[in-house]
Amino acid sequence: MSKILLNIDGKEVEATEGMTLLEAAQNAGIFIPTLCHHEKLEPFGGCRLCIVETGSGDRSKLVVSCVYPAEQNLTVRTRSDKIDRIRKTILELLLAHAPDSFQLRELALEYGADKDRFEKEASFCIHCGLCVRYCAEIKKKNAVGFIDRGISKEISFIPEIASKECDACKECFPLCPTSYLQASFMLTKALAFSPPSSESEKKRE
Amino acid sequence: MSRIHSPVELEEFRKSILAERDPNKPCITLCSGSACHATGSKDVAESLVQELEKQGLTSEVDIRRTGCHGYCERGPIIVIHPEEICYFQIEPGDVPEIIDQTIKEKKIIERLLYSDPVTNEKITHESEIPFYKNQERLVFGSNGCIDPKSIDDYLAIGGYGALSKSLFEMTPVDVLEEVKKSKLRGRGGGGFPAGRKWEGSRNAPEKTKYVIVNADEGDPGAYMDRALLEGNPHSILEGLVIGAYAIGAQEGYIYVRQEYPLAVENVTLAIKQAETLGLLGKNILGSGFDFNVIVHQGAGAFVCGESTALMTALEGRVGEPRPKYIRSNIKGLWEKPSVLNNVETWANVPLIINKGADWFTQLGTEGSKGTKIFSLVGKIANTGLVEAPMGMTLKDIIFKIGGGIPGGKKFKAVQTGGPSGGCIPENLLDLKVGFDELSQAGSMMGSGGMIVMDEDTCMVDVAKYFIGFLTDESCGKCVPCREGLRQMHRILDNITCGKGKESDIALLEQLSETAIEASLCALGKSAPNPFLSTLRYFRDEYEAHIKEKRCPALSCKNLISYYIDPDKCKACMICAKQCPAAAIDGGKKKIHIIDPDKCTNCGTCFDVCPSRFGAVTKISGEPVPPPIPEKDRIIIRKSKEK
Repeated sequence: MSKILLNIDGKEVEATEGMTLLEAAQNAGIFIPTLCHHEKLEPFGGCRLCIVETGSGDRSKLVVSCVYPAEQNLTVRTRSDKIDRIRKTILELLLAHAPDSFQLRELALEYGADKDRFEKEASFCIHCGLCVRYCAEIKKKNAVGFIDRGISKEISFIPEIASKECDACKECFPLCPTSYLQASFMLTKALAFSPPSSESEKKRE
Repeated sequence: MSRIHSPVELEEFRKSILAERDPNKPCITLCSGSACHATGSKDVAESLVQELEKQGLTSEVDIRRTGCHGYCERGPIIVIHPEEICYFQIEPGDVPEIIDQTIKEKKIIERLLYSDPVTNEKITHESEIPFYKNQERLVFGSNGCIDPKSIDDYLAIGGYGALSKSLFEMTPVDVLEEVKKSKLRGRGGGGFPAGRKWEGSRNAPEKTKYVIVNADEGDPGAYMDRALLEGNPHSILEGLVIGAYAIGAQEGYIYVRQEYPLAVENVTLAIKQAETLGLLGKNILGSGFDFNVIVHQGAGAFVCGESTALMTALEGRVGEPRPKYIRSNIKGLWEKPSVLNNVETWANVPLIINKGADWFTQLGTEGSKGTKIFSLVGKIANTGLVEAPMGMTLKDIIFKIGGGIPGGKKFKAVQTGGPSGGCIPENLLDLKVGFDELSQAGSMMGSGGMIVMDEDTCMVDVAKYFIGFLTDESCGKCVPCREGLRQMHRILDNITCGKGKESDIALLEQLSETAIEASLCALGKSAPNPFLSTLRYFRDEYEAHIKEKRCPALSCKNLISYYIDPDKCKACMICAKQCPAAAIDGGKKKIHIIDPDKCTNCGTCFDVCPSRFGAVTKISGEPVPPPIPEKDRIIIRKSKEK
């Protein structure tokens, strides 16, 4: 693979073709905040927190580093007033859902985000999709998926699959930045899993 | 019908169709698109058939059920050829008279003619009516004279001639260069130069390439793509095959909304007809070029009109956009180079090939060539689809073609470009309509929606409506759009309810910046436009709502009160009887008063109070005057005094 040289925050960084800006930065030890990124998963580009600025002057533009491909001689800045302002707003929008998320609170401190800027929302899922994608891409089980669209979109366990697969796995649990996933699982388990076979046998007797 | 193997055979076939047609034979054309269907065109068509049969004229007179003529305000429309006598708002009951008088006696029926609203002059011919006279109907014009279910009709007006010319007289590069030279820009929203898009795909190394028709039209009030697909499907197919030839694609898709059943029906039939004649499929017209088209019905998500979401949906997955840092003309459908153009863009292609890029570029402005079809709706006299040359002013479109604002009301703004477009105020009415011109004014061309608003429209409420629409249609994948729009809509709703805070405008601006800069796709990136453009031109309305809790247009329900002026009330009881909340107290000779505790602000009293009294008024931002003393409420009528 051919080598690419680019400049991130004034530092010469080496990347290989097909790498994203985020990967190039991480390789060089440069931190860019993320919420929906996972190294084992396909880039998603949902949370938009990893937004960075490329180019300079009139040709500068904001791009999302987890999906933007590394290019030869590209100049990248990972912080600026505008970037920080956008990250702050994104965090505030998410804090309306999950004001107690440790990950969000830590980032909020860095960017001066106010957890009470917006009215609180009922669901504390932030739709990062880590659970859904991990289950689909790594475990290839699709026990949890997205349902509905837009502001009504939620994650949901599929009882028929989840009842067979999840108790023995739960690998997605630590990925969830808000613990909504665990809550959703417990709810599905309580409401929709069939009772264990021994019990159902007893009932039949 | 048998297969056509060469351009010569095509021309011979065309001649044979024309030879069978007598240009002097009476022909009744009736518009039969979805809009006309809603106003009863199907019943009119049935009466026409029955009446001609009854009078023994079936073989003497042709009936042609055409696509939409555009003047939907006055549909269903009948045009009688060869005289081109045009009748409007036809009902089945009018049919016998039309046959008796106009077809048999060659007499014109005055009452069915167009009557000029100013001069009351009756106009007989379609082309002389102001609505049509000021248009330039290059793309849309054929809709009125062909039956979309008949490929013969399309061939009779020269159809597939551009395809034959492309395949046999031009190389793919010639075709590409012609389209580039024409400066044709995408009619679906982005306005990207079509030729450059095609060139990218053509030059991409992958062998498999696709061409796609975006017929996922979803803007509220817009239906030009539907009218074209329903009314002239072959023109789109012809454009698509030419595009496929230019870039080297062998397969194409038409992504059309399921909610457009007639469009699906007509375009599916058109594909079958073209395949039978050898104008689609293997070895088209004997040229050795193969191309197939598949119709894909979309399930109704607005976001699927976005190119990458559309392609994801075509692949059979949830229609969510994907990042396009690598453009879809390089890596699109199934990661292959894919040219996606809107219905109207494809329909322009045969015209450009037939008449040449030099002809096409004569029309329009520097950056926008040709014509554009607009869907002119809202508070406008002539609702319908209009095709205007690029560069025509908004004023001419709205007043000359559209006939201005009905009911003696004053023009306030025009919202262009669909839900993520912007509102343009009165002082910019001289703006020339073009892609760049509209963007500079804070709006956009979009797919050509034009919603006209009068003085009774509240601009904050308009912004709330469109942001609400986009919130509902957000796919929910990225935070700035899903969460940002949710909050923007909530804040705008609060403002229209009188719960706005001084800091709200700055907060809305911050959310707008985040959505524009950080959203994944064009839906989110353009979604703040309704807010930003109304703030730019109507900031005073936002401030009145927030600071004075006043709606200047007297439209926001929560900010207005209804009041009966005791000096004007004639105690007629009309409003009191019709008030659904029984909130009006009064009697036959007793001046009416509204009980504010019972009133639900429905506005019925305002609507029913006879205009000669005009006693009911709306009040906003100031307290309602106290009711007059009980003793003054009795009206003593002069006639009874004697």
